[in-house]
Amino acid sequence: MNTAQDHSEDVTEEPIPAMQQILDNPFLLLFIGIAMPTVLYIVWGVMEIVGIPVAK
Amino acid sequence: MMAVNRLFRTCPSTGLVYHEAAEKLIRWNAVAGVVSLLVGGILALLVTLTRWPAVHLLPADWFYLVLTAHGLDMLVFWIIFFEIAVLYFAAAVLLKCRLATPRIAWVAFWLMILGAIINNVAVFRGDSSVMFTSYAPMGAHPAFYLGLILFAVGALVACFVFFGTLVIAKSERTYTGSVPLVTFGAVTAAIIAVFTIASGAIILIPTFLWSLGLVAHIDSLMYRTVWWAFGHSSQQINVAAHVSVWYAIAGVVFGAKPMSEKVSRTAFFLYICFLQLASAHHLLADPGLTSNWKIFNTSYAMYLAVLASMVHGLTVPGAIEVAQREKGYNRGLFEWLRKAPWSHPSFSAMFLSLIGFGFLGGISGVMMGTEQLNLIIHNTIYVPGHFHATVVIGTTLAFMGLTYFLIPTLFRREMMFPGMAKWQPYVFGLGMMSFSLFMMGAGTLGVPRRHWDMTFAGNALGYEFPGTAYLMMGIMGISGIAAIIGGIMYLLITVGSVFLGKKIATPDFKYVAAKDGVAPKPAPQPAFGASGHGASIGMAGFVAPGTFVLALVFLTSFILYYFVNWKYLSTVWPLS
Repeated sequence: MNTAQDHSEDVTEEPIPAMQQILDNPFLLLFIGIAMPTVLYIVWGVMEIVGIPVAK
Repeated sequence: MMAVNRLFRTCPSTGLVYHEAAEKLIRWNAVAGVVSLLVGGILALLVTLTRWPAVHLLPADWFYLVLTAHGLDMLVFWIIFFEIAVLYFAAAVLLKCRLATPRIAWVAFWLMILGAIINNVAVFRGDSSVMFTSYAPMGAHPAFYLGLILFAVGALVACFVFFGTLVIAKSERTYTGSVPLVTFGAVTAAIIAVFTIASGAIILIPTFLWSLGLVAHIDSLMYRTVWWAFGHSSQQINVAAHVSVWYAIAGVVFGAKPMSEKVSRTAFFLYICFLQLASAHHLLADPGLTSNWKIFNTSYAMYLAVLASMVHGLTVPGAIEVAQREKGYNRGLFEWLRKAPWSHPSFSAMFLSLIGFGFLGGISGVMMGTEQLNLIIHNTIYVPGHFHATVVIGTTLAFMGLTYFLIPTLFRREMMFPGMAKWQPYVFGLGMMSFSLFMMGAGTLGVPRRHWDMTFAGNALGYEFPGTAYLMMGIMGISGIAAIIGGIMYLLITVGSVFLGKKIATPDFKYVAAKDGVAPKPAPQPAFGASGHGASIGMAGFVAPGTFVLALVFLTSFILYYFVNWKYLSTVWPLS
């Protein structure tokens, strides 16, 4: 089978660098791309607004 | 079990492989985008003729209505429809893969169409002239928000069809190794789109309920903060998408390969992490948020995204330069650029997009993102000057360039009016550059954005702008008309070609059923510079010296403009 042969070739190839593994994983990137602005922009911003004292 | 459509065709001229379902969806999304552009373009003419002081065409109520519709049709509907087409192209066509769940993709498309129509109807009814931003507590008709929500849900579904297609391509092994760089750029755009649309849902759904009377109060600062995560990030989808288009056009026209895949991908990764944070620059003048939040988001984080844009701005022309030098245009610093195909509309549109985005949109964006400097131009017409440089010159012009490539390969039609097509990017691009530049000039003198009448005639608190401001607004009007003529040329060429253009004869044209299987392994590519050409091209040890010089010109302009604005700030706000 070609597929099995290909897999055996893959095994002998050089290990994939960690950064490339991250960049090759679109769902990990999706998580990072949502988590970072959600925390740094939305959550932090909303916390600051919620913390503004209410005028009496 | 539902049968899976595995019908593909191969374009005889480009070799691109089209999945039947994906091809139809790309076409329909692109056409829906162009229709939105047509509506938005007519409205652009009316806005321009009103803000041009000597013409001042529309009465106030119509001006605000038309400006609202113009903003939404251009910034949301035109751009996102076309981006969905780009996403499907980057996944299904470039990965030679079937599109995931075409039926759901059609549901997404019709949701977007429905949303766009409902929103437009709401605006043209006349009771939703709340601008693109629709700041609470200024309320619109519930249909206004409902239309936006339906459109956003459709776009979100389309993004997940794109991600699903990536999964299918990987599992069916239609490619090996990493996805192509253009597809990676599309992944970046889709990720930013998911964040953008989710943010839109967080704020627009309660606002919709508020418009129905089901929610008592929407806090205006909370609205602005969350809304801008939608409003500005939606323009960051554009940045990632049009940079991908730059790489695609460089590859198509020149056969150019990225100078360093690693560097270009890292730059896209910086977009994923930091680009959306620039939304905070819209809130730099708001009192409720601390400087820590403002400065972190607009300076430290945003500069990393700016760095990424500068990397792309260097590597795209650099790749073109290397490709040109390898073809023999190796003399001096700029023979590669002089001998570039300037009459090829895909190239000229892409190059003008790159220059305009960098020099006008990029530099002004960094200036606006600096908290202190932002005070000079906040809420002035400088702001639309900036975003017309990024979204219209950067994104729209790049998409126009891509269209010229897609007409023969995707629509299988010969391009109509080829002579006009050679001029179109220049008329549109140069018109829009002048338009943006003079808007920014007038904004620097304090001319407000979104204001119907810069003379403030009849107002209790008047203000007289210097004659230069009127001159700049006049030149802006003339430039805007030129750009609109360029837009009409684009619509004539594309609509004419798609519907009336001569069909490209392909006698052996047919869709072929393909089984899922292993794509042939690509031939190993020689490492950059190791082909023998790398050592013999360029000057003084640089393979792309012309691009290096252009980058130095850009950096000098950047630094000068930045510090000129600090000097200007010191004069407008005397402390002594």
